[in-house]
Amino acid sequence: MLEIHDLHVSVDGTEILKGINLVVNAGEVHAIMGPNGSGKSTLAHIIAGRDGYEVTGGRVVYKGEDLTALEPEDRAAKGVFLAFQYPVEIPGVANTTFLKEAINAQRRFNGKDELDAMAFMKMLRAKTKELGMSDDMLKRAVNVGFSGGEKKRNEVLQMAVLEPSLAVLDETDSGLDIDALKIVADGVNSLRRPDNAAIVITHYQRLLDHIVPDHVHVLAHGRIQRSGGKELALELEAKGYAQFAEEAA
Amino acid sequence: MAANELAFFEQFPRLGPALALPSAGGDPAWLATQREHGLTRFGALGLPTRRLESWRYTPLKPLEDTRYRPVTAEDGMAPVDLVPSLLPNDYLPRLVFVNGRLRPELSRTERLPEGVHLESIGAALARDPDWVSRHLGALTADSDDKAFLHLNTAMMDCGFVFHVPRGVVVETPVEVVFVGGLTDGPVAYFPRNLVVIEEGAQAALIKYHVGQGVGPYLATAATEIQVADAAILRHTKVQAESIDATHLATVNVRVGRDATYDSFSLAIGGRLSRSEVSVRIEGEGGHVGLNGAYLMRGREHCDNTTRIDHCVPHTTAREVFKGVLDDEARAVFQGKIVVHKDAQKTDGFQLSKALLLSTGAEIDAKPELEIYADDVKCAHGATMGQLDAAALFYLRSRGIPEALARNMLVQSFLAEVLEEIKDPTIAAALLNKIVHWLPAQCFLADEWVTP
Repeated sequence: MLEIHDLHVSVDGTEILKGINLVVNAGEVHAIMGPNGSGKSTLAHIIAGRDGYEVTGGRVVYKGEDLTALEPEDRAAKGVFLAFQYPVEIPGVANTTFLKEAINAQRRFNGKDELDAMAFMKMLRAKTKELGMSDDMLKRAVNVGFSGGEKKRNEVLQMAVLEPSLAVLDETDSGLDIDALKIVADGVNSLRRPDNAAIVITHYQRLLDHIVPDHVHVLAHGRIQRSGGKELALELEAKGYAQFAEEAA
Repeated sequence: MAANELAFFEQFPRLGPALALPSAGGDPAWLATQREHGLTRFGALGLPTRRLESWRYTPLKPLEDTRYRPVTAEDGMAPVDLVPSLLPNDYLPRLVFVNGRLRPELSRTERLPEGVHLESIGAALARDPDWVSRHLGALTADSDDKAFLHLNTAMMDCGFVFHVPRGVVVETPVEVVFVGGLTDGPVAYFPRNLVVIEEGAQAALIKYHVGQGVGPYLATAATEIQVADAAILRHTKVQAESIDATHLATVNVRVGRDATYDSFSLAIGGRLSRSEVSVRIEGEGGHVGLNGAYLMRGREHCDNTTRIDHCVPHTTAREVFKGVLDDEARAVFQGKIVVHKDAQKTDGFQLSKALLLSTGAEIDAKPELEIYADDVKCAHGATMGQLDAAALFYLRSRGIPEALARNMLVQSFLAEVLEEIKDPTIAAALLNKIVHWLPAQCFLADEWVTP
């Protein structure tokens, strides 16, 4: 589904990613762990298409297509989804409107008929129910006045509505207490299917107790330093990231 | 009239034509005196230049480049296919002026409550000249330095009167529509309007200015609004003038004890527009809402210059203006708040925010506070900025194309100021106008969050 080959990325002339290689297949969940400043969020933004990054080498291939040439909205319509570390507040735009515009924009892109208001609301209610969320969150403006936990749940709701093939969760656990973490993780788990994949980016192991990865990668100093199974996360929890600082030095 | 000052007027008489119907024997002597005084003052003041502090950011160049003539009866008969209305589905009482001439066959006032007058100023002058003489010029004492007010007084050739007597509540809004354009060459007209809401009365007034076609015209309007003790006036103004039009408005408002003047002004078109609003709160418990939004593109220039005087203790005012500027559009916001000596417990709030969609757009914002009392609360702020890159990416990352995402963020930006509007029907109608202004129509107004 996603193949990253020798990816080099710079921001304002400073190289952040220094040759990333990663292959994610359908049905897999990959965790990318690493210390602050290791380039985790840069990787997430590169996949989703945020401005301000310069790809100086390598390729990001998604379903056989070079992803870096596409606009962010086209990537989304082709099934790429980024759950934001800091979801943005959009006053005056109801969550429902936002979701409806998003799904219909994607449907237009993919040559499908738009959902009318009734079909959309029916689908949306089903999704919120499935995720155990209240309808109240739908009527409010996007993320405005939402608690940290509500914002992250809203990201999961968007993911549920848009049904991406490849979801990238950028530090979805940051700022969550254990109960909120569990709710968010349950939501993500309920969306796991054999034909989609997820990349879970996190600093801490605790999220991986709830979203159990197939593969764990350690990103430090712009490179993947080690890859392994879920047990690697436990090792990191015990030993910390200091060992990679030494390895890189 | 100082000829050198008025190169832009071609073939203009010294003074405006008689307002009163010929059957009433022409204008009364006091009106002629007022006109003469206006002409003298305008001659003394001259056309405002940017050397004047209050005109520093608004050049009158577009005016000087055009030569206007007075409107004729024929201009007033310009075709209007469909009378524009802010609330087209409601059968509102209304007056329709086309190029400054009343069009009785398009107007309708039969559903107004007993004693309420909505009529042309000429009709009011014929019906009750004493009433007009008591109100015309009654609220402009503090505006003696405003050249265009004096010009209007000298030249006034049309306008309306909206009079709600004591204790009467007018349930539906009334609408006054000014249609400009479709004339043979540039024309100028000078509406003079009187709005009097007597003690304990309540009303809502919509003033809707619409341009038809292209080609310049000049509207120099003056409006005096009296909101007496315990009265309420909700005032909505929509300025959708055509891209070559010049719209210069002077508004003087007096607010009485426990009275409310709540206004919202939406400007979405006009080559050059200036709205100079001066509100005096003269009774304790008086409240003023002076809010607005402007959306300008091309080379349009929009100036909102306001002044609120808190003359007595225990008065409140809220003023929020938000603007969106694209291309090379320019806007000016000058907001003065004056808290008079002894006007203790004044609660004033002012906010000006502008969103610049292009690097060629410009906003000049100048808040001014003059406070002569010591126990007051006055907050003010002015910001300007561009679309938030993080928000734009957030929307696009969900599959929303960039053009649509930008529209959503513009509407999001304006949502805050629309919340100032008490009547949800009017708020929705204004949002609809905003949506139509945007590069592509994307939303139904009712899907948006309303307070």
